[in-house]
Amino acid sequence: MTNSVQVRRAGRHFKDHVVLKDVDLDIAPGEFVALIGQSGSGKSTLLRAIAGLDPEATGDYAKPDRHAIVFQEHRLLPWSRVWRNVTLGLTGTDLRQRALRALSEVGLTAHADAYPGTLSGGESQRVALARALVRTPGLLLLDEPFGALDALTRLKAQALVAQLWAEHQPAVLLVTHDVEEALLLADRVLLLADGHIAESYDVDLPRPRQIGHPRFVALRRQLLAGLGVAETEEEL
Amino acid sequence: MVSHTLEPVAAAAEAKVAAPPVAYRLARRTRKLIGLAVLLVGWQILASHGELGSQTPTPGEVAVAAWELIRSGVLQENIAVSVVRVAKGLAIGLTAGLGLGLLAGFSKLGEDIVDAPVQALRMLPAVALAPIFLIWFGLGDLSKVALISFAPMFPLYLNVLAGIRGVDDRLVESARSCGVGTWGLIRRVILPGALPQILVGLRQSLGVAWIVLVVAEQTATTSGLGVIINDAKEFLQIDVMFVVVVVYALLGLGTDALVRLLERRLLSWRRGYAGV
Repeated sequence: MTNSVQVRRAGRHFKDHVVLKDVDLDIAPGEFVALIGQSGSGKSTLLRAIAGLDPEATGDYAKPDRHAIVFQEHRLLPWSRVWRNVTLGLTGTDLRQRALRALSEVGLTAHADAYPGTLSGGESQRVALARALVRTPGLLLLDEPFGALDALTRLKAQALVAQLWAEHQPAVLLVTHDVEEALLLADRVLLLADGHIAESYDVDLPRPRQIGHPRFVALRRQLLAGLGVAETEEEL
Repeated sequence: MVSHTLEPVAAAAEAKVAAPPVAYRLARRTRKLIGLAVLLVGWQILASHGELGSQTPTPGEVAVAAWELIRSGVLQENIAVSVVRVAKGLAIGLTAGLGLGLLAGFSKLGEDIVDAPVQALRMLPAVALAPIFLIWFGLGDLSKVALISFAPMFPLYLNVLAGIRGVDDRLVESARSCGVGTWGLIRRVILPGALPQILVGLRQSLGVAWIVLVVAEQTATTSGLGVIINDAKEFLQIDVMFVVVVVYALLGLGTDALVRLLERRLLSWRRGYAGV
């Protein structure tokens, strides 16, 4: 096990349909990498393979021992209180304290004893984030974690992720179809197409990032072109 | 002026939300008794006018007969015997139903082996089995307990299995990714997820147990509620027969209330549609 992520010859096919073919991917310790691609391009498939959730994926995967995932849906257990969800799978004596510390980082200490059903979508996703953070992961896998949130909540959640990443410095792989989200958060953006990494973009922008920054606009244009999307409708 | 007219409305709405739960629950409880009260009053009126046949006693006459049976101690003694039989039968039947359901639910191998025979046995009517169980297990208590343990197995089995199959696979996956092992998965994810369905099965099983008790106590018994009703039939004590019928109904209601209590305790997290 290493502190970095090294994926070699990752492959996955569903019957005759090849989704991933000989994908190589490296993530340095503390590096924030975004993976973009069109729907069905295999982004999530690659993330699941790296997470070890897909027994049928082929290839070599080296990753930090401690890793955590946040899915598009919060996937909290509705019958367990929030703090019990945060510590799911952990053992030890001071579990509640650890849960409360993680919840304070996402601003939800007050909801520690609530059931997930009483939370809003954004709150639930923050709990899912706390559940990942409490494990002090060397690698944080984010599978379109803001996809189901409304625009305003999404902006807040993105800012929270940026802040938590700056504090804890895990390696991050963010799967998203949102080009701006990728450019706001990542050091490097990878474009997945036709089963392999077609393009890699270094995001050489100072943080916190400004959407209006000329370099940001230029990069966005490049990424959208890579995705095969015309810019005209975006700019209005 | 506008704000004045609005305020009481807002206050009323708040009061409705913050209404003391005690008063609300009392009101619900009273409402739940209305149906039973209507049944009793209807029975009283129809029976006293002879509309239910000349032999049918009124609830009042049944109450008198019940009081006689209670005073002589006959009713309590035999209820106790029947309750113990049901308890023993359920202890075995529910354990078996739960165990088989878990086995089939957790492992495909288990389901392949267990499901077919269980489905076949499930179709056997308890009435038809009663004489066979008498031959196998003798005239004593064992044959009754065996029969009562047999029938309630199946509703629980079916619901445990269906409940487990209904657990969201994504929750299982995310729990696994959190490092939860097999035992933890069962305890923290699968059982709680299946619990609403399991409790439905439990309610059905308890109902079935009381029904089978009646069948089991129809023959070769010297004690139990079935004996009272058989003796009453022999001596045409129709009011006593009705006493036993009412007792059956009350026992059934009682066990069902017990499971409802369990549901309230264990499923407090649930936010399903509760009705208007």
